[in-house]
Amino acid sequence: MTTPPTPIAATPIIKPSTRALPEAARAARRTELWLLLLGMLLVAAYLAAVEANMLETVSSDFWAPAGVLAAVFLALHVVIRLRAPFADPVLMPAVALLNGLGVAFLRRLDLGRAEVPDRADLTVFAGDGGRQLLWTLIAVFGAAVVLWFVRDHREISKYAWTLGLAGIVLVLLPALLPGSISEVNGAKLWIKFGSLFAIQPGEFAKLSLLVFFAYYLVRKREVLALASRRFLGIDFPRGRDLGPVLVVWALSLLVLVFEKDLGTSLLYFGMFVVTLYVATERVSWLIIGLLLFFGGAALAYVLAETAGGPFASFGNRVDVWLNPFDEPYKSGYQLTQSLLGLGTGGMFGTGPGAGNPLQVPEVRNDFIFAGMGEEVGLFGLTALLVLYLLVVERGFRAALTVRDSFGKLLAGGLAFTLGLQVFVIIGGVSKLIPLTGQTTPFLSAGGSSLVANWLLVAVLLRISDAARTPASMGGVRK
Amino acid sequence: MNAPLRKVGVVIMVLFGLLFANLNWVQAYKADEYRSSPYNGRVKLAEYKRQRGVIMMAGGTQLAISTATDDDLKYLRSYPLKEQYAHIIGYKPVNIGSTGVEYTENDFLAGESDKLFGDRFRDLFTGEQTAGGNVLLTISPTAQERAFNELTKNKVGAKRGAVVALDPATGAVKALVSMPSFDPNVLVNHDTEAAQAAYKALLEDPEKPLLNRAISEINEPGSVMKVLMSAAALEEGRQPATEVTGGATYQAPGTTHKIPNSTGVVCPESITLIRALTVSCNTAFARLGVELGSKKIVDVATRFGFYDQNLSVGRLGDRGVPVAQSVLGQLVTGSGGDDQPTIALSSIGQASVSMTPLEGAMIAAAVANGGQQMQPHLVQQLVGPDLTTNFYVADPKPLRRSCSPSVATQLQQMMTSVVEDGTGTRAKIEGYQVGGKTGTAEGGEGEETHGWFVGFALKDGQPVAAVAVFLENAGKGGSSEAARIAGQVMRGVIADKTGK
Repeated sequence: MTTPPTPIAATPIIKPSTRALPEAARAARRTELWLLLLGMLLVAAYLAAVEANMLETVSSDFWAPAGVLAAVFLALHVVIRLRAPFADPVLMPAVALLNGLGVAFLRRLDLGRAEVPDRADLTVFAGDGGRQLLWTLIAVFGAAVVLWFVRDHREISKYAWTLGLAGIVLVLLPALLPGSISEVNGAKLWIKFGSLFAIQPGEFAKLSLLVFFAYYLVRKREVLALASRRFLGIDFPRGRDLGPVLVVWALSLLVLVFEKDLGTSLLYFGMFVVTLYVATERVSWLIIGLLLFFGGAALAYVLAETAGGPFASFGNRVDVWLNPFDEPYKSGYQLTQSLLGLGTGGMFGTGPGAGNPLQVPEVRNDFIFAGMGEEVGLFGLTALLVLYLLVVERGFRAALTVRDSFGKLLAGGLAFTLGLQVFVIIGGVSKLIPLTGQTTPFLSAGGSSLVANWLLVAVLLRISDAARTPASMGGVRK
Repeated sequence: MNAPLRKVGVVIMVLFGLLFANLNWVQAYKADEYRSSPYNGRVKLAEYKRQRGVIMMAGGTQLAISTATDDDLKYLRSYPLKEQYAHIIGYKPVNIGSTGVEYTENDFLAGESDKLFGDRFRDLFTGEQTAGGNVLLTISPTAQERAFNELTKNKVGAKRGAVVALDPATGAVKALVSMPSFDPNVLVNHDTEAAQAAYKALLEDPEKPLLNRAISEINEPGSVMKVLMSAAALEEGRQPATEVTGGATYQAPGTTHKIPNSTGVVCPESITLIRALTVSCNTAFARLGVELGSKKIVDVATRFGFYDQNLSVGRLGDRGVPVAQSVLGQLVTGSGGDDQPTIALSSIGQASVSMTPLEGAMIAAAVANGGQQMQPHLVQQLVGPDLTTNFYVADPKPLRRSCSPSVATQLQQMMTSVVEDGTGTRAKIEGYQVGGKTGTAEGGEGEETHGWFVGFALKDGQPVAAVAVFLENAGKGGSSEAARIAGQVMRGVIADKTGK
């Protein structure tokens, strides 16, 4: 596996024209199409319910955002048909539904913010909902470009070192920039261009770092796995092989302290440890990783309580997590309002548009899950969780079935990262773990997150296509 | 690599399982607690989703209304008559505790009362939000207007005071004013910061405008106490014409303090009971008190409404605004015998005797109503949102028997004499038999005296109105001004009753 990936030209690829497609691929695309249309119908129904509750009438063009979304996703569907005909048929419709519900909910928030008489005049591309719709357009275009031009996921590994370097720069950039440019709500995760436009480089760093991890670990897996010393019945790696692990650990602690963000650091570190574990199949890496992370977090907490300084904000978050109702209008405000929103929704929710999600601060970003929870209830949120789980598990399935190690590591890493991010933010807003500022993939308002996550989906689609292509059509590439 | 991939897949499943379990905890187990949490702003928003009912008076005057707005709180409460009804209606602000009828009848006004179950049930199917129920008050608009205007523009310059008027036969409150008043509209502002600031200013105002002096504050009644002493004397076999001992001063046994009469009061050594009340002779009543003894005085006072801890004014048999307890103070010594010097002072309404203006009106009402004291109440009817269905109509209830009808008749005669040719002449009303008693009570150290008047009006022996007027630190002429205001307020009750 230390050999560089096979150049693309060496693999004979049968030009996939629709007519020549075997029944398996056509069935998969038919399923994808129907699931997609079903999803967009759900989005339209959600929009209709919102209008019925908020305008007390359903306007004749209530379906417009769903229509725009359907057109965008249909275009992506066509690209998939042409360029990844064997790709997993559930992946794209599931993500499209999440994305669509996010747009619908953001539009609902816009309506809530507008004065009652002005609500009927909200155009399709107005407000946060409209922006999110435009970002969806851009994100899906990006995904289509990846699918169109990257014909084999192994091509990506050619840029592994470049991407790895870019990833580190992207991670560190907000920490190094002055707070006025990079800080939003206490977390230094942003690069602001003026007042209107800001990107979260971390969202992209996640992807590029993962490509590098997968490439590096595939090359190093034997030495990492075999050269070891036994201690307490567990095989521990040699000191010099620990180097990169410690570098990433230090990097994530830097993020924790200087970007004041536990979630992002947990995400990077978890991503790395898991890919390391998958590559080497050694549990010792997991144990070392977990000990390092929780040791680091505990140390940071102790420092926060004693030394304060850059650690203080982390300490506060833990205190708020433990007792959010101690200061319900100050530090605990966000979390208490999030919990009250979720609790108000109860089992069935108030119905789309019938709740008061604007009572929850930052409901368009970090707390969108709590905001939706008030209106769709435990049942609706469970459905959303199932959708996420579906996407993640389909990612793992692609990893399991794809034949090359790089593809396995990349798909597994991407799927895990997505799942972990969902866990970190939803666990945060529902007080399962300390709250950290993460976006909720595909739901939160924000272009960076949406574009990055759609790129992630494009890569997963590409790998799943490779995994499911029959051997007779050039599927075996090992 | 597939084995560890599968394990990581399982880990994600477990993490999602934890999320699901935790959401069950938050959204199912803790849901009720979170839904009704005091930190949950939705509780307020929901209250404002339905139009709150109207508080109104006979004749249809609206005192509290809710009008649609454009903001998130869909209806704004307003009080068109502002200061005039502030202490009756109270207020229902967004983030401040409510008071008055807005508080006691909140469930019905908000439409959440069990009585309105039918409306809520219908709303389930129509999807509408039928407004809350309406409350009709017992208040007589003219009497209330007079009470407010005459009290706030009183001619002795008193800054604090109260007026209460009752219908003696039913106990219905006809007027209730506390001075100084305030405009409740500033408190119900949807701009909660402005409302809080206004509330803070009212709380910090040294004149305490939020205090309802008519029912929440007790003060020395002064000579008004002599009505109860007369009742006690009559019950002990004396007649209005019975000669009692008066004189220029009275020195109770066991003290060197001499109780004098007020300046200008002529009280001979021997004076009839009716004359003693008419001129307000201190010495006669102080001596009478010592003769009657503490037991008798406490007994009579209790029957007229003192020491009532459970009295409230609102809806009969239901919630009302609690009334402060009127008390006589300690009348016995440590060994259990009568504390005669204190009894002598208490008999003329000094020492520790304290009562609410409402108690004053209730004494007068009991006398006017043949000795039968009625339960005071403020809510006449609860009317459904459709303005036709009555969910409650006040059915007057006797509170207690204060004295026998014959004693009541004699008291009427004696109190009428006070207004006809005694200290309360300014309360007279043409064509009506008006009785009453003035009172001048010592204010605090170095402060002006309080002026009181309690009285009633009868027509052909039937009770028409009872009233109490209290002017805090009014100084000289306070009780006479109180009598004048009382007359004006009773004229207002009569005007609404007869249509003139």
